[in-house]
Amino acid sequence: MYSNRFFNIIVPVVSVLLGLLAGAIIMLAFGYNPILGYQALWNGSFGDLYFFGETIRQVTPYILTGLSVAFAFRTGLFNIGAEGQVIVGWLAAVTVGLTIEAPMIIHLPLAVIAAAIAGAIWGFVPGLLKAKLGVHEVIITIMMNYIALFTTNAIVRNVLTDQKDSTEKVPESASFMSNWLMEATDYSRLHYGILVALFAAFIMWFLLEKTTAGYELRSVGYNRHASNYAGMNVDKNIILSMVIAGAFAGLAGAMEGLGTFGYISVQSGFTNIGFDGIAVALLGGNTALGVVLAALLFGVLKIGALNMPTVAGVPTELVEIVIALIIFFVASSYMIRWVLLRLKKEGK
Amino acid sequence: MGFIDVLQSIIPPAMFFAAPLIFTALGGVFSERSGVVNIGLEGLMVMGAFVGIVFNLAFGETFGAATPWISILVAMVISSVFSIVHAVASVSFRADQVVSGVAINFLALGLGVFLTKQWYGKGQTDMVDYPFYTIDFPILADIPILGRLFFQNMYLTSYLAIALAFVGWYILYKTPFGLRLRSVGEHPMAADTNGINVYAMRYIAVMISGALGGLGGSVFALTIALNFSSSTIVGQGFMSLAAVIFGKWHPLGAMGAALFFGLAQSLSVISSGVPLLENVPQVYLLIAPYVLTILALAGFIGRAEAPKANGEPYIKGSR
Repeated sequence: MYSNRFFNIIVPVVSVLLGLLAGAIIMLAFGYNPILGYQALWNGSFGDLYFFGETIRQVTPYILTGLSVAFAFRTGLFNIGAEGQVIVGWLAAVTVGLTIEAPMIIHLPLAVIAAAIAGAIWGFVPGLLKAKLGVHEVIITIMMNYIALFTTNAIVRNVLTDQKDSTEKVPESASFMSNWLMEATDYSRLHYGILVALFAAFIMWFLLEKTTAGYELRSVGYNRHASNYAGMNVDKNIILSMVIAGAFAGLAGAMEGLGTFGYISVQSGFTNIGFDGIAVALLGGNTALGVVLAALLFGVLKIGALNMPTVAGVPTELVEIVIALIIFFVASSYMIRWVLLRLKKEGK
Repeated sequence: MGFIDVLQSIIPPAMFFAAPLIFTALGGVFSERSGVVNIGLEGLMVMGAFVGIVFNLAFGETFGAATPWISILVAMVISSVFSIVHAVASVSFRADQVVSGVAINFLALGLGVFLTKQWYGKGQTDMVDYPFYTIDFPILADIPILGRLFFQNMYLTSYLAIALAFVGWYILYKTPFGLRLRSVGEHPMAADTNGINVYAMRYIAVMISGALGGLGGSVFALTIALNFSSSTIVGQGFMSLAAVIFGKWHPLGAMGAALFFGLAQSLSVISSGVPLLENVPQVYLLIAPYVLTILALAGFIGRAEAPKANGEPYIKGSR
């Protein structure tokens, strides 16, 4: 028999392959050359320094929202609210960036911490309601997403600016941007945030695997009742998990607000960074290392896709379809396991 | 502006904002009553809107005035077929239903925009030539006051939505089929023991939600948006999901909630012209549906009880 560990690695890999295969079939069906299409995708993400820089820039917030969703998953919670947490984090980071004057060594950390706190508060509400009243966190986080979107837009328009659609850029003392990185990557928008994201992944691994608090969080995820019986405070752990998950997503907002864009503008719809984080977490098997790898894959797909229409004539949305199918296959891992076990039996 | 004039500027738009939400929320009620969580309502609406618009553009010349009605029928059928993906994943493959629903949302939007670019060569379709038009309901429109408020400048689809909510209630609560559907969502093992095919019931329920979601999406597209792009359906599906819960998983409750959300939306659009409301910042009206749903769930507006087996895949023989 295969071990569980083996399945945890093979299921995502098979899912990605199936997803890409399905994408190739769709390209064939519509008269495109799939080899040319995927070649364009590859060149669009690794082809030159500019594309490479943009890919890493896209990977940065994906790592953080992926960590956010994955962290909550480990405690048995589904954080669909990463999207809203990103938006409030973005708002908080830019607000601190614009309103406070301080040297970089204070200003930048302050703005980043503000984003984490804002995201944490947005995670605290569903966590509290789940712990104390047993309300399903999925619904609450979806509602919180819309509340975040609409209130943030109102604040950008009425408080941060005078009826304008976007704020000024944050000063250099609160910015992740670096001329050195930009020049090194042919003027992509690559910024130092990737270091924060990788550090956050390390924090998640350390917290979950090496500390007592992490043990409790995971234990609550495995079996709420047993954890309660063992004397753990289940309510506290649920709230803590959502707060930390929210903080991760808030940091992703800081990456956009202090790095990629440097400002916040009125959003007509969601950024989708949070929703993509769900896919990242699922594919990454909810582990820190897995999330980093999955974020890299999705960053490559998303940025590489931008190159597909010009080179191969394939609409970028093909990648959205591939990502959706990958999620399906990961979610239906029961089927993949079943087929693999079948194949193994027949092979004997 | 007189009081009646104010009402007249609020009620018809409220009704036409609410209609797509009512259809979709009814679909959500069917699916969740059978024990399948349907976060994919948004995606089903996207599919419905896409099919409704494309069919309307392609066959408008052929069918003339009947086009919008045929378009929504076709959208229902295609969305229903599309929703089988969700059913297969969450009923047969025992996937996490929330995850599968999220995938439905990604997939519908991806497919819709991909095919739009494929067929029209740009990110959005042209405007349709045969949308739904408002009408004055014959005879009833002449009733003093009430006629002005409820039967003038209305879309027939708004009445259809309200009628369907009552039909949905009748089916769920007054027919053997409805009883079976609800029992599968409350206690699938007991239902199975009584000879009800749990998997078949859940497949049917998800397909009904697909049909109604598609209806909601296409009605939205053919009354409000009039074309299809990636930003045609932005959140209406999630709002319908909120209506399902705010309405306590009951067809008439969901209808009431959807009407209320429609009212909030209508107020946020026209608030500047209404006395009392002109000083309320628009943002409060925009977030009202979501805040109220949270409050409802938190039990401040009466306890909301989900179907017992909602979200749990049924595995034959397990306890």
